[in-house]
Amino acid sequence: MKSRFFSDLGVMFGRSMRHVFRSMDTVITVTLMPIAMMLLFVYVFGGAIQTGAAGYVNYLLPGILLIAIASGVSYAAFRLFADVQGGIFERFRSLPIARSAVLWGHVLTSLVSNAISVAVILLVALPMGFRSSAGILPWLAAAGILALFTLALTWVAVIPGLTARTVDGANAFSYPLIFLPLVSSAFVPTRTMPGPVRAFAEHQPATAIVDAVRVLLAGRPVGSDIWAALAWCAGILLAAYLFAMRAYRRRASGAAARA
Amino acid sequence: MATTIEVRGLRKSFGAVEVLKGVNLEVERGGIFALLGSNGAGKTTTVKILATLLRADGGTAAVNGFDVAKDPAGVRRSISLTGQFAAVDEILTGRENLVMIARLRHLGNPRRVADDLLNRFGLADAADRRVSAYSGGMRRRLDIAMSLPGNPAVLFLDEPTTGLDPRARIEVWKTVKELAGNGTTVFLTTQYLEEAERLAGRIAILRGGRIVARGTPEELKARLPHGRVELRFARAEELRAALGALGGGYPAKPDEAALSVAVDTDGSAGQFADVLNRMEGAGVPVAGFSRKLPTLEDVFLAVTGKKEEA
Repeated sequence: MKSRFFSDLGVMFGRSMRHVFRSMDTVITVTLMPIAMMLLFVYVFGGAIQTGAAGYVNYLLPGILLIAIASGVSYAAFRLFADVQGGIFERFRSLPIARSAVLWGHVLTSLVSNAISVAVILLVALPMGFRSSAGILPWLAAAGILALFTLALTWVAVIPGLTARTVDGANAFSYPLIFLPLVSSAFVPTRTMPGPVRAFAEHQPATAIVDAVRVLLAGRPVGSDIWAALAWCAGILLAAYLFAMRAYRRRASGAAARA
Repeated sequence: MATTIEVRGLRKSFGAVEVLKGVNLEVERGGIFALLGSNGAGKTTTVKILATLLRADGGTAAVNGFDVAKDPAGVRRSISLTGQFAAVDEILTGRENLVMIARLRHLGNPRRVADDLLNRFGLADAADRRVSAYSGGMRRRLDIAMSLPGNPAVLFLDEPTTGLDPRARIEVWKTVKELAGNGTTVFLTTQYLEEAERLAGRIAILRGGRIVARGTPEELKARLPHGRVELRFARAEELRAALGALGGGYPAKPDEAALSVAVDTDGSAGQFADVLNRMEGAGVPVAGFSRKLPTLEDVFLAVTGKKEEA
């Protein structure tokens, strides 16, 4: 059964990656929007933002990556929604395959396609002055946190992908996710914010994750940031996974949709 | 003959709506079985339960010897499902769709399986085009072809011709007949009486969540008004004169607004000629006449003696 899961997963993943590469417009949108934001913040607002000694692009980059991931996972919701609406989801479910391979195929595709966006954004950040003095281990740790963040948000995306009634409904969930880094330490230090906003900013996941990635990439010693980041990612992942599985089972019992 | 599908007292509700109210069915191995019913009769729900996509609220169902509730994996190994709307991957090519299914069924040589099916279904020329560029008929053929890798014992086709133009419909009929010729059991649902009659060896009629009739097409046909003739007239007084000329000889249903009358004969040439001779004899000019094919509503009328509720 294990080997069957991995071979089925391979087929589902290959199919879904073909979808990604055959709709390059979606890949470009996912990558261009954060790059445009990066340019805007570094070259327009950046001069007026005081973040310390290192260049502003170093400060900004982790937040930009979070925004890229948050908008990237909405395409996972879109692709899953299209499968459910088109009927091919039911065809897969009527086949003698490992059933979880259907959802995991989409999740794996989301991880890989978001990793590609992140790599492209990093490449663009280099000529803008992004430098990292971190060694291989902190880089791996930062990549791990971003991957865990992508995994958690993708499982969030699975929920509207399975339950939405319209395309807009399948995508709408990502707007607050994209907004969250704006009210965090991603663009400006939280100490400049007024009391209540600052309290929110300092106690939400984007700040914890941005801070952890920033510290890792700067090669500074990691403190409690990394544990807060991991705790947020793990918590979101667990909650989203449970709700997504519930939505999946509801589909099977016919409670969610009749058609 | 061995029984491939056995359904006993199947019940299913969606919220307060009771869709299946105790369905009993037996489908023999091999050949084509048609589940006939109008929209909302519960055909798709029945198929989804048999294909393990939905759980029943009550009753039992077994497919190829496997209980759908207790051994869904065994059922899924025995079946394939072609749903109501062509469930193909539009972004992939026709070949990629078939290779994908062959891989998911863990077949030895997925590319050869795909090539065989592309040839068989007349899709070889379009094999490497994306499915989004296919016509409705091609899409449906690919959809059915995608059910075949691995030669499952039972094929469910849920309204395979709904939404197709007449030519594509005939193509699908041909395909379905060929499939059944190879020993596969085909379970198809349809809302077209003609389709069920043409394809199926056995028909069951689902209505209001229950099976109201079952039998061979011939058995069901015998209960239908197949000899119905419609006569049309130019004026209302001619219509009345025609009814007089028919006397009580044949059951006749006049339609004053359409200036026509539907006459039930036994379908023989003799009775048909007699009806027209009566018109001639009484000097009633007949503006037009045609044979009326029985509709699904006539079937319901014949088997239940009731008008179908709207």
